Amino acid sequence: MTTAMNQQDGTNRTPDTEQLVDLKCVFERPQALSDKPFHYCPGCSHGTYHRLIAEMIDEFGLLDRTVGICPVGCAVFAYEYFEVDMIEASHGRAPAVATGVKRSLPDRFVFTYQGDGDLASIGMGEIIHAAARGERITVFFVNNGIFGMTGGQMAPTSLLGQKTTTSVDGRDPRTTGHPIKVCELLSSLEGVAYLARVPLTSPKNINTCRKYMRKAIRAQTEDVGLGLVEVLSPCPVQWGMKPGDALHYIDETVVKAFPPGEFVDKLESPIKT
Amino acid sequence: MPAKMQLTKGNEALAMGAIAGGCDCFFGYPITPQNEVPEVLSYEMPKRGRVFVQAESEVASINMVYGAAAAGKRAMTSSSSPGVSLMMEGLSYIACAELPCLIVNVMRGGPGLGSITPSQGDYFQACKGGGHGDYHSIVLAPWNVQEMYEFPALAFELADRYRCPAMILADGVLGAMMEPAIIADNAPPPTVPEKTWATNGRNGRAHKNVVNSLVIDPYGLRDHNLKLQAKYKKMQCETRWDTRDVDDAEILVVAYGISARLALSGCKLARKEGVKAGLLRPITLYPFPTEPIAECAANKKRVLVVELSAGQMVEDVRLAINGRVPVDFYGEMGGVIPSPVEICRKIVEAAQ
Ligand SMILES: Cc1ncc(C[n+]2csc(CCOP(=O)(O)OP(=O)(O)O)c2C)c(N)n1
Ligand SMILES: [Mg+2]
Repeated sequence: MTTAMNQQDGTNRTPDTEQLVDLKCVFERPQALSDKPFHYCPGCSHGTYHRLIAEMIDEFGLLDRTVGICPVGCAVFAYEYFEVDMIEASHGRAPAVATGVKRSLPDRFVFTYQGDGDLASIGMGEIIHAAARGERITVFFVNNGIFGMTGGQMAPTSLLGQKTTTSVDGRDPRTTGHPIKVCELLSSLEGVAYLARVPLTSPKNINTCRKYMRKAIRAQTEDVGLGLVEVLSPCPVQWGMKPGDALHYIDETVVKAFPPGEFVDKLESPIKT
Repeated sequence: MPAKMQLTKGNEALAMGAIAGGCDCFFGYPITPQNEVPEVLSYEMPKRGRVFVQAESEVASINMVYGAAAAGKRAMTSSSSPGVSLMMEGLSYIACAELPCLIVNVMRGGPGLGSITPSQGDYFQACKGGGHGDYHSIVLAPWNVQEMYEFPALAFELADRYRCPAMILADGVLGAMMEPAIIADNAPPPTVPEKTWATNGRNGRAHKNVVNSLVIDPYGLRDHNLKLQAKYKKMQCETRWDTRDVDDAEILVVAYGISARLALSGCKLARKEGVKAGLLRPITLYPFPTEPIAECAANKKRVLVVELSAGQMVEDVRLAINGRVPVDFYGEMGGVIPSPVEICRKIVEAAQ
């Protein structure tokens, strides 16, 4: 390594630095992402989604007028990872908090970041009504089919037969019902402007996610309605899988219950509400 | 337009008082006996370019208030007992995150769905926390329509000063009754302190702002709690109370809100029957007028507390007096309202 002090001129400039000057930067931390190391488990994609959000804030030039709302769940510390104003909401209520912010500051970009327990269990009422009202907010929804933070309990999105700490023999539809498909459920609401689902499992899918995210953001910035992107996300620790296996599991099994794609796209013909 | 005396309903006065008090955003869910508040604001707010949202529930209402208050706006909600119960988690978050806002509770009979009739059964909830953890809201108790009009501005001012939730604890009588009150049709907007902590988009600010109630480190959370407790101590100087005919009184009646109105009439009747009675009315229920009550009661024969409850504020009165003077209690529940004659009888009994 080249960290030793240069004996001749007393500076710690290293010989290597001179050569690096002309290189083109092809990958760097987005401005909207802080330099705080993520606390997430190995193989979790909360960090990936955070980065994508930060990229979008940079790309749309929204750093100065964004207010983000983080959930209760594994992403509870999301406010530490973004360089924008952030609010920590109570469990499930991020869409209501976002409504309060957006209605009082209509020219700000307001997003929520929510897990599947947060959005589809305790906060189902808030997301449905925010969508029905067509709140101009953007929802980044992380569906990992489990309550990650509290130790791997069953979520409303857990697959049939999925073993969790509260369904040790596998989710049984007779006693615990069927997985809730948020995009399909919300697609009937007129206030929704954009809805899409994508597995965060490969560089290709991550690029698709970027494409969807752009539209979900435009749904707000172009005053069309609520935009939501659901990512199918691995939770290797609580699923009891190796990170690689968790990705394969999503691509082979989870997508059958949660088909990826765009569900609503009103960007071409804006609705007037 | 100048202020003028108008025959006004309590809930409507409160709504107009919120507007005069600079309320930027109202979020609420209908519940009797406070429905005129959202009804009036649903057209008065948009007319002035302000925000009115009928939320899907009280849980959503309080979280919308949380968001708007975090954004630096004067935000409020209004509800009645069962609805306020639903807000308690959110209120605890608001207190911890140190957001100024206003919550109105026009109390009705409980517990449970109870009734829609007046009650003062939510004193404990309002003053002793209600939600989880060690926190307080500033609690104001109006006793007439005039104060229903004036207290929203006062509540917002105190909430901003201490960065805490403020609550107006009224009841079904105050909400529904009509009496003359001076209403300023176009009050000048109040001055609101700058909120440099608000999460309203950085807009050139060098650092981001975060509104949060999560402090994962035990020592960090202990320190945050100590900071909150120091604030509650500092708030004690905002204690407000009123006294009527107490100097020569042998019986001191302590009551708030509508009970104080009734009790004052009871005191006057008692004087006609030869028993000198006076009233001390707490105006702030938190901070509570502990010292004033202790002082005022010191030379009295007995103290009588009157509430529309099974006896809630009476506990604080007893703590204030600390056994130095006997304290009696007269309460009605379920929406039953004692008449001044009944209160007079209790005063006369106490004097014997
Ligand atoms: C009112 C309330 N109930 C329960 C909890 C406990 N709790 C914290 S996170 C969580 C589930 C989070 O799951 P999810 O939203 O799927 O997020 P993940 O951790 O999987 O990312 C629960 C139940 C809480 N904090 N507040
Ligand atoms: Mg989850």
